[in-house]
Amino acid sequence: MSQLTREIREAARKLLRAGQVQVVIGFERGSLPMRSRPCFVRCEEDVDRLVWDGFCETDVARYLPKRKEKAAIVAKGCDSRALVELIKENQVVRDQVVIIGVACKGMIDGSRIEAKMGRGSIVEDDETGEKLILKGADSEEVLDRREFLHVRCKACTHPVPALYDLLVGQPGAEAPKDGFSDVEEFGALDQEARWVYLRDEMSKCIRCYACRNACPLCYCPECFVDGSQPQWVGKSTNLADTMVFHLIRAFHLAGRCVGCGACEHACPVGVDIRKLNRKLQKDMKDLFSHEAGLSLEEVCPLATFRADDPGPPMVDP
Amino acid sequence: MESDTWEPKIVAFLCNWCSYAGADLAGTSRIQYPSNMRVVRVPCSGRIDPLFILASLQKGADGVLVSGCHPGECHYLTGNYSARRKFAVLKSLLEYTGLEEGRVQFSWVSASEGARFAKVVEQVTARIKALGPSKKLVKETPGGSIHVAAHPRD
Repeated sequence: MSQLTREIREAARKLLRAGQVQVVIGFERGSLPMRSRPCFVRCEEDVDRLVWDGFCETDVARYLPKRKEKAAIVAKGCDSRALVELIKENQVVRDQVVIIGVACKGMIDGSRIEAKMGRGSIVEDDETGEKLILKGADSEEVLDRREFLHVRCKACTHPVPALYDLLVGQPGAEAPKDGFSDVEEFGALDQEARWVYLRDEMSKCIRCYACRNACPLCYCPECFVDGSQPQWVGKSTNLADTMVFHLIRAFHLAGRCVGCGACEHACPVGVDIRKLNRKLQKDMKDLFSHEAGLSLEEVCPLATFRADDPGPPMVDP
Repeated sequence: MESDTWEPKIVAFLCNWCSYAGADLAGTSRIQYPSNMRVVRVPCSGRIDPLFILASLQKGADGVLVSGCHPGECHYLTGNYSARRKFAVLKSLLEYTGLEEGRVQFSWVSASEGARFAKVVEQVTARIKALGPSKKLVKETPGGSIHVAAHPRD
């Protein structure tokens, strides 16, 4: 059992015992190796279900809006940023939530391990420090977890929660500075190449809305794609409709997306959803010096303005 | 479509207080400008949802022009300031996805600028003509693409 797991359990036990919260939202081992799943702990006996490892990928901030009882939440850097946005947008009451912040070391991309080791070959996984121990039916392999981090985690600039009531784990070395090199690289491609790439990505989409449902910041009671009077966007997998869905969803998240990757993680067909979100994150930073989820005071750039804002290039005869 | 006689269809979202009045002035002043524009009058440029723009392209518009009051002159004081931020982000996003630069254009035209409105339309039309018919984002349906109602002269 890792030190982090021990600390999280201890904190959860204390909070439940003192009656400070009615539920602790964290992670437990999934039924398959390399899958940890969100769990809701309501009594002290269940506290030992809680774990922390490199597979606690889901953004659990998703479970807080509309919650009636007082809750504690085990939050990574990205979860806490989503929480900051939710608090700002009056979806979560700050006093109703105790944030157990975890200094995150990045989550591991199980699909890359499976690609290396073979799908279904791993029956058990364990982590100590930077070592990831993978047990097969009759083999054991030790990998360096840092080599198998999610791309988004490798580039994560704020692994330590932006907002927390208590912090577990040691903040590591300084996080990398986000240079948005991925956005620049893609932007440098030929216009047609960019279109072809996105077209091919979006043609995979089956319009299941898992991305939207997993996103902590997609909480609208009625999404623009669900409306039928008038129906703005068709509901089929027609490419134009799918494109519009993804473009507008990304736009609705402009200045709010915290880059947790919940959408990508939830997508059953592996659409590169974050391609659009990343671009908007960069634009928000470049145009309005805004990074989502870092402060409770800063207003979303698209909800405010300045008289001297940069505008789009205008037709100006 | 791509013959010499092809004329683009351009959807223009004009704010009621400035650009629409500007277009009106161009008309009452008998200023000639290309007839490719189909005007949709909106209360304010701040009213324009990016979805309107994408829906126009989806339904076969070859270009979209959005025009409102000059910054600082909004009838509702700040509508066009919010719009300006929105459009800056939207334009950048659309071009990032590989949509041709110039399919979606923006301008400020006041109620007294009839001549300027005509020039804006000329420029926008010329730009979109040069780009050719819009293909990306057009919704292809089994019976062919859906097009906006044809202009009587088409």
